[in-house]
This record gives sequence, structure tokens and C-alpha cells, in this order.
Amino acid sequence: MVVASAIGIAFMLALNWFPAQASNAAPKIDTFWDVLIIVSVPIFVAVTSMLLFSIWRWRQRPGEEDLDGPPIHGSTKLEVIWTIIPTIIIAALTTYAAILLVDIQAAPAKGTRVVNVNGVQFAWGFETPTPAGTVKTAKLYLPLNEPVKFNVRSKDVIHDFWVPAFRLKVDAVPGITTSYNLTPTKLGTFDVVCAELCGLGHAYMRQTVTVLTPERYTAVMAGLARASGATAPAAGATADAIGKQIFVAGNPATGATACGACHAMKAAGTTAATGPNLDEMLKGDNAAGILEMIVYPNKEIVKGYSKGIMPANYASSLTKAQLAALVKYIDQSVHGKG
Amino acid sequence: MAAKIRQPGWYRALAFSILGVLVCLGLSTGLRAAFSVDPVYDGASVLQISLLMVPIFFLGGIGCFDYWLRWASGRTVVDDHADHGAKSWRDYFKVNTDHKVIGIQYICVSFFFMFIGGLMAMLVRAELASPGRQFVDPNTYNGIFSIHATLLIFLFVIPVFAGIANYVLPLMIGAPDMAFPRLNALSFWMLPVAGTMMLLSFLAPGGSFAAGWTAYAPLSVDAPIGQAFFTIAVQFAGASSIATALNFLVTIITMRAPGMTFFRMPLLVWANFSTSLLVVIATPFIAASQFMVLLDRALGFNFFNPSGGGDVLMYQHVFWFYSHPAVYIMLLPGFGIISEVLATRARKPVFGYRMMAFSLLAIVLLGFTVWAHHMFVSGMADWIRIPMMVTTAIIAIPTGIKIFSWVATLWRGVLKMDTPMLWAVGFISMFTLGGISGVMLAMVPLDIHVSDTYFIVAHIHYVLFGGSMFTIMAGIYFWFPKMTGRMYNERLGKIHFWLTFIFFNVTFAPMHLIGVEGMPRRVSDYAEQFATWNMIISISSFILGLSSLIFLYNMVVSWRSGPKAVSNPWNALTIEWQVSSPPPIFNFDSIPSVVGGPYEYGVPGAVHAVFGDAKPKAVPVAAGAGAAEAD
Repeated sequence: MVVASAIGIAFMLALNWFPAQASNAAPKIDTFWDVLIIVSVPIFVAVTSMLLFSIWRWRQRPGEEDLDGPPIHGSTKLEVIWTIIPTIIIAALTTYAAILLVDIQAAPAKGTRVVNVNGVQFAWGFETPTPAGTVKTAKLYLPLNEPVKFNVRSKDVIHDFWVPAFRLKVDAVPGITTSYNLTPTKLGTFDVVCAELCGLGHAYMRQTVTVLTPERYTAVMAGLARASGATAPAAGATADAIGKQIFVAGNPATGATACGACHAMKAAGTTAATGPNLDEMLKGDNAAGILEMIVYPNKEIVKGYSKGIMPANYASSLTKAQLAALVKYIDQSVHGKG
Repeated sequence: MAAKIRQPGWYRALAFSILGVLVCLGLSTGLRAAFSVDPVYDGASVLQISLLMVPIFFLGGIGCFDYWLRWASGRTVVDDHADHGAKSWRDYFKVNTDHKVIGIQYICVSFFFMFIGGLMAMLVRAELASPGRQFVDPNTYNGIFSIHATLLIFLFVIPVFAGIANYVLPLMIGAPDMAFPRLNALSFWMLPVAGTMMLLSFLAPGGSFAAGWTAYAPLSVDAPIGQAFFTIAVQFAGASSIATALNFLVTIITMRAPGMTFFRMPLLVWANFSTSLLVVIATPFIAASQFMVLLDRALGFNFFNPSGGGDVLMYQHVFWFYSHPAVYIMLLPGFGIISEVLATRARKPVFGYRMMAFSLLAIVLLGFTVWAHHMFVSGMADWIRIPMMVTTAIIAIPTGIKIFSWVATLWRGVLKMDTPMLWAVGFISMFTLGGISGVMLAMVPLDIHVSDTYFIVAHIHYVLFGGSMFTIMAGIYFWFPKMTGRMYNERLGKIHFWLTFIFFNVTFAPMHLIGVEGMPRRVSDYAEQFATWNMIISISSFILGLSSLIFLYNMVVSWRSGPKAVSNPWNALTIEWQVSSPPPIFNFDSIPSVVGGPYEYGVPGAVHAVFGDAKPKAVPVAAGAGAAEAD
């Protein structure tokens, strides 16, 4: 039982510090962290306990107000010791770190899958090559255990492409292409975060990456390639149903956020207040106006709300047909035509 | 009234400032008309020219240039010391050449901005108390944390050290004043100008500057006009810093009392000597970086616009070439304060005095070789990372020497655990933590994960709050009797320390955890999983903020009506304690002669300096052992 609780505590500690380990680099960096902790804690404990000991032992007591300590000016021996020991520690740690860095940043093998990561204020866009052509998504998909290289770019300001579960990040810098590569090692969905202040919507620039088995991955990407090929919407579903579906649930496949997550609209039964109430705001707008507001959300801002909060990626995360269906649905709902 | 406007002072400053705005308006519209630019009136243009020029008019009006202009134009100048020393509280609101008055001016203005900056921090924490939007929109939020950092760095930590040194340093080296008293006054008056400008940016159309204190291009280039307030205010704060540093260097090199060799200087003097070297070399770089942003913004120079041939990463290289040394600019003076406080309160010489001095110089030198460790994930050339990691880690060695020597100074002393001592010991422990997380951050593989997260926020607050702030508090309490002639309330001082110490840790320690876990910094909203810790941090930070009111109360009440202080309440050896509290207007009736080291506690009969005609006695100290034997 004691052993089990010890393992449990150790497990909890590991859980608390780091998010999931989802890339080949993650366990190595986490081990390095453990080494740093093992080296650091004794140094802090030594300094603090010396301070506490001195205070306990040599604190001025009543009657000692006029006493001085012994005039010790220094000790060459001690000074040499506390120069050399840190030097050795530093030399060892930097060597370890340098070897580890070379290891986790090793150049990718030829033929590694390259995903283009494009940062814009305030959303990530991903371009993944598939046999049917390049697929643009707002949500990243990766196959398990297959190396991938990210080419990271930005057109406006500096962003930073970070997946905490992968432990790696790099800035997206206007004018140059930065990159890193890794191998996803864990199935699941993880956060993609912008780590460099990029303006108003910086905090909201959070998306996801999903790691799939290679078979699932191939299927999903083929489906996305078909969907983005501007073919007709899924057979059987009416345009109205698609519009409502997107309004309420978004398009998780491409990362298009649901309108109803932020906007209230009576017909859809949504009540969120992050963005303006659509029934009131769109009263005087026609279909063309609504489309423009979805695609260029920063052009005009309702009083009391901020620019740059609403994702500006709907033109790429929804197909033309889907957009048309969405606009039709909103137009009908707001004007009571539904 | 007319007479008042002719005299240097606030009326003339106001009149000159209005005149300045009109001149800028004329300049802008005149030039635009001359070159047929349409429209002739452009608010942004007038505003930016005004931000650059009106402060100069203001400084002229308040009287910073009167003497120099009179002298330069060949008119008679009066050297009657009329503007030297304070006879009433009103003199603290005028241009004054007395280093003691300037020191107090510096300290009070810095603390004013400290309280505003601290208030901003509490607003930040209020917004972050739980996920989602609480009460400010994202733009205001970005502005608040940007101004928080900018004020506390440029208007508090850097100048408050300059203020303490201004007051103490000339006294310590036995000088009647600083080398250039009028330059000293000008340095001070540029500060309120810079600080006011930063605060005024809240009124700018489009909101205050909001690109962080780092103001990375191209975000800062594209930002609304509020950003110009930062770009230009930093020029004034920087110019103030550079002028003061030159002043310190010349004062230390040329104005030491007879007998004060470099190795008889107190470590505070060494610390400010090192800091001033850093400032003089590094600060022009941030001035350059901000001028380039200004030119990009106002005139479309394309320094940082890649489609115009500019280079985005260049901004970061130039900026950090100043801003990393700036970390040492914000620490080294504090190291000096800690050495003074520890030696006096432990009644022992500072352990390894020479190594303490040399390690300061080593930090200065190494400080210029590590800037790119802020850029490990910036996309710069890969090869730079390992060399910068090694140099960064090496700085831990001289810093370690200092920490271990302070600990050894306490060994076998007679430790008086009063308020300054508590802050000093608290500093050693907290700064060790900040130093350790610094070494961790230097390690590139780990830095790739935690850079731009709350781990960084935790680290810099352990360095600048647990480090700089604790040393500032130690110094303020330590020299309070000398500066004001009154004693502070010891009990309130201790309560202030313990509240700060405890809630500082509760506030900032958990940030290490949520940072590693994946919370990015500079966000007004965050994922649900971080909610609990953020609530704890916010509550703790409010108590931390409120604890500073105890300090304020203690300082104000003690200054007005505390018990009178004797000239040497700490029984210290350094020269500033050998004159009255507060010291005479010209510091010394007769120039002191330095006859021994500054920290010879425990050596029977040892003195550091003697005054007047009294013959220097031979003192048996370690350094003078040979001379004593010859007797």
C-alpha cells in the first residue's frame, strides 16, 4: 500500500507539471526537467537552510547589542570550492542540453510529410498535402508515429506555433519560414496555442490538433479533400439542415467555430453573449451583408464589442456551399422567414 | 503673473508647454502645406511631433537649461548655490542641484509610479481571476499589462536605484555632490515626463500602447497611435538613465575622498560603478530600436517590414542587446545594497570583498554576451542557441559567488534581525530561486517548451520582485533614518516584510506550475484547466498589493512624526553615517580622509574614515597589515 501511494504521488506530480506526452520529444524533455529538478532543489535547500541555521544560531540576543562578529575577511579555499563546483554542474548541464537539443531537432528524413502552418490575426490555418491535393483546414490532423515537419509562416505579425503536449514551439515570423519536426506518439486531441503576443485576439488564438491512426488519418483527409473540392453538400441533407448544423455545431472537421457558441439567435435557441445578438444586429441586413460580415468580421464592429475576436477564417474553413447554406439559414431565421 | 512666467518654475513650464504644442502644430501644418500634402492638418502628425518636442519645452520652462543657456550666450552666471538644497517641501518641486534633494525626488516619483504599476497588476489579476471576460476588453487588458511592466521597469526599478545611489553614493565616497549637479537635475526631470507620457497613452484614440513592454515589431509598428507614447517616453527614460550613469562614473572615478582607493570603496559604490558601465554601453540600443519603430510608424521607413526589405528579427536582436543587460541594471545596485545591509546588521566584514567586486565586473562583461537567450524560439539562426546557452549558464558562477559570500557573511556574526535585515535575507533566498529557474530557462530544450508561458512570468517576478524589489525595500528601510532624520516603525516594517514574503510566494510560485502545464503569458483568457490556480493567485496578489499600504503608511507617518534619528543608528562604519541625519546641505564641513576598509567590523578600534585635521591613526586591518608592522 505504501509503495502504491508512493507511485501514486509520483504519478500525480508528473501529471501536475506537464501536459500529456504526445511527441517523441516530450519524454526526453520531461526527463531533462527531472534532472534539472534533482540538481536544483539541493542548491536551494542548502542556501536556505544555511540562512535559517545562521539566524537560529547567531541571532543577536539581549545584551549583545554592542558585540561585533569575528573579522573574517574571506577564505580562498572556500571561494575556490564554490567557484569550481557550480562550474562543473554548469558544464555537465549544458553538455546534456546541447546533446538533447541536437537529438530533438535532428533534420527530418527525406520525404517527411510537410504541413504548412500559417498564422494570421487570430487563427491558425493548416495546409496538408494529400494524394488528392493540398487540404486547407483550421484544425490540424496528424497520423500517429509518422514524422512530420511544420513550415511556419505569418503574413501580419509574429505568432508562435505551440502544442504543449508536443513540448515544441517556434515563432511564425513575417518574411521568413521557420520550422520544426517531430513524430506524434499519442492518439487524441491536443491544444494548439499561440504563444507570442499578436494583438487583441491573442488569448483566443487556440485551436486543436488531432492525432489519428494512419488508417483513420487517410480516410479523414480523403473526406476533407472531397469536401473542400467545392462539390455539392452531403447528399440527402437539405441546405437548411446544413445551415443550422453549422450554426449550432460548427464544422469540427475543419475547425470552423459554431456561430451559436458566441452569438444568441432565437430560432437556433442559442443564448451566448460573447458576440452581439444576431436577431437585433442583423435586422436590417440582407444575405449579401450577412455573408460579408461572416467572411470579414473586422470590417464593422458593433458598439461595445472588440475587433478581432471573431475568427476570420470562415472563408477557408467552410466551403462555398456551406457558407451559402449558413447565410440562407441565418437570413431566414433573423427575418422570421423560416 | 508676468514675473512668475519669466522665472523658472511650474507657471513657465505650463506656458512653455502650450507654446511647444503651438510650435509643433505650426511645424506640422506648415511643412504639410509647403509640400502640398492633403489634408494640411493631421492630428497624428501633430501628436507625434508634440510628444517629441513638448517635453523639451517643459524642461526648459521648469528651468533645467537656464544656467547652461546663460553661460553659452555669454551672460553673467551666478554661482550662489541658490538652487542647491531644500529649505522647505516646496523646493522638492523645483529644479534643484543638491544630490540629496534629487535623490528624494527620484525615490518619491519612482514609488508614485510603483503604486500605479502595482494597481495595474491588480487589475490584471482581477481579469485573470477566472476564465472568460471579467470586466475589461482584450485591448484594454493588453494595455494594462503593457503599462504595468513598462512603468515598473522604466519608472520604478531603474530610477529608484538611481535615486538611492544619488542620495547615498556621494556621501559614501566623501564627495560634496555629484560631478555634474545640473545634469543630475535634468536626468531627474526627464522621469516624470516619461512616466506621465506613458499614462497619458490611455487617452490616445485606439487605446494605450498594448504590445507589451517588449513592443515587438511589426505588432508595435501596426498598432494605434498609443504605441507612439511608449516609443517616445522610452527615449526620455533612457536619456535620463544614460546621463545619470555618466554622472555616477565621473563622480566615482574623480571625486573619491583622499585615501579611498578602489578597494576601499563600499560595495554599493562598486555596484553602481558596474551598473553605470552597463547603462552607458547598453541603453543607446533600446533608444535605437524605438527610434526605428518610430520611423517605421510615422514615416514608413520599413526597417521591420519584410515586404519592404526590412527584417523582423533585427528588432529583437537590438532590443535584447539592451534589455538583457537591463536585467542586471535592475539587480546590481540591489546587490550593493544587500552587501551594505548584511555587513552592518551581521557586524562582520563582507565575506570575500574582492571577489564580490570582481564578480560584479564579470556580470557586466558576461551580461553583453547572452541577449539571444530571449530568442531561442524566435526563428533566429539555429547555431546561435548553444553558445548563448553556455554564456547564460556561466553567469550563474559569479552570481553564485555573491550568494555564497553573503551566506558566509552571516556565519558567526551577531545578527540583528530588524526590517532591513529581513528583506536582505529574504532576498538571498528568493533570488536563489529566481536564479535557479534562470539556469533552467537557459537550457534550450526546456526553454523551447516553457518560453512565453507563465513559467517566464514566475521567473521574472522572482528576479525582479523577490530580487530587485526586496533589495529596494532593504535599502529604503536602511537609509530612511539618514534621508529623513527620523526612525521608521520597526513593527510595521516587519509586518510589511512578512505579508509581502508570504503572499509574494503564494502569488508567483504556482505560476511555475501552470506555465509548464501549458498556460501562455499575456492572455486575458485561458483554458478551464488553469482556473483554480488562477483564482488562488489572484486572491493572494490582492493581499500582496494591499500589504504595500502598510509600507506607505509607515513611511508617511514616520517621516512626519517618527522619533528623531541619531547620525549613526546602525553603528556603521561607512562615511554617510558619520555625518548628521539628514546631512548638512554641502555634506561635509571638512573633507574626510579614508584610512581603512569599509567593513572592518570586529576589528578593535577600526575606522573607515576620519574628518578634518584629526591625524589618521594607524589601523591594524588586513589590507594595511604591512604598514602596521612598520610602525
